[in-house]
Amino acid sequence: MPHNKTQDTLVGLFVASGIASLFFLGLHVSNLSSFSHGKTFEVTARFSNSGGLKVKSAVSAAGVKIGSVKSITFDPKTYESVVKMDIDAQYKTLPDDSSASVFTAGLLGEQYVSLDGGGSDDYLKNGSKIEITNSAIILEKALGQFLFKSAEEKKGGDDKKGSGKK
Amino acid sequence: MEFFQYLGASTRSSFTKLGRGSYFLVHLLAGISSVLVRPRLLLKQLHSVGVLSFLIISISGLFVGMVLGLQGFYILSRFGAEETLGVMVAASLVRELGPVVTALLFAGRAGSALTAEIGLMKATEQLSGMEMMAIDPIKRIISPRFLAGFLSMPLLAALFSCIGVIGGQLVGTGLLGVDDGAYWSQMQANLDFQKDIINGVIKSIIFGFVTTWIALFEGYDCIPTAEGVSRATTRTVVNSAFSILGLDFILTALMFGDN
Repeated sequence: MPHNKTQDTLVGLFVASGIASLFFLGLHVSNLSSFSHGKTFEVTARFSNSGGLKVKSAVSAAGVKIGSVKSITFDPKTYESVVKMDIDAQYKTLPDDSSASVFTAGLLGEQYVSLDGGGSDDYLKNGSKIEITNSAIILEKALGQFLFKSAEEKKGGDDKKGSGKK
Repeated sequence: MEFFQYLGASTRSSFTKLGRGSYFLVHLLAGISSVLVRPRLLLKQLHSVGVLSFLIISISGLFVGMVLGLQGFYILSRFGAEETLGVMVAASLVRELGPVVTALLFAGRAGSALTAEIGLMKATEQLSGMEMMAIDPIKRIISPRFLAGFLSMPLLAALFSCIGVIGGQLVGTGLLGVDDGAYWSQMQANLDFQKDIINGVIKSIIFGFVTTWIALFEGYDCIPTAEGVSRATTRTVVNSAFSILGLDFILTALMFGDN
């Protein structure tokens, strides 16, 4: 059998591309890695409830994605959710009194952090804390409150009606 | 009465064939150790089984991914959940379509070629010629091909899924306007490495094993005539397709049945 170098190269390329695609599946399709592209700086915000926010969820300002959530941890002392965010280094002129809120994209969409600019002359920098935060709206909670409230109102109305008749 | 005779005979012959196949498998697995001594035989087969299937697998993967992107978008946009397109495309590719479609294509592209090659070797008495020279044809011919098919399948399936995900992204974010970040971040957040990707790879390994085994056995067991070889080639494709789809159900039930 003649020694065929092209064949060896092709087999090598084939095996390499197969292994490369396995890596791609592991790193890019599933959640094995958390590497970020480009330079970022980190800011922290504390929410009383971060809802369905996940690592790698988007951080946006005025609807434009400017960064992503790096980690979400629970602070057992203050019972708050501590959300660390990586923000793209080119957006370093965000005022340091910006507020952070957890919103949902659409009714069933994924949750993201929205930063709304304040009026301060100082800017957010690496390690800054965002003081003003709005928690995620938990749909069940809101619905429950609404139902409870409307039931109470109805009950109150019925009472009035009843007493009026008397 | 004749019908029952026919039924009994065909049942018996299919069991006999299964027995021959199992014996063949054991023999072939025993021959693998001798392949490791001559890696060049394996390399040549990796070329004809793997490299030559590369193109059909990658092009099919691209189109399957693109179709998934279109169809998924159509359904998901009705529920206002276009952002989860990435999850849908990637999960269906990694869990199901990657291993299954690759195995079906592999049986058609590489399996039939293996059967025809070995069948023709048998028809032209090359295999018995080898035996005359005291070379075990199973060690020399069959085992390298088996190992090559067994190794190529997971690589090809990973490639298929990978290109499919990119194809879905091309259609989803390029054509239909799904947010690129949401496509990837939803995918990464909802797909688990252990549960989805490793299980998909396990599936593809099993399919590769079964498909290559069937292809080699049909070739080795065929009637050594032109017609016999053509029938064996047909049987390879048909039997491989049946076993892949049947096994896929069982494996899916085992892997993903509990949630």
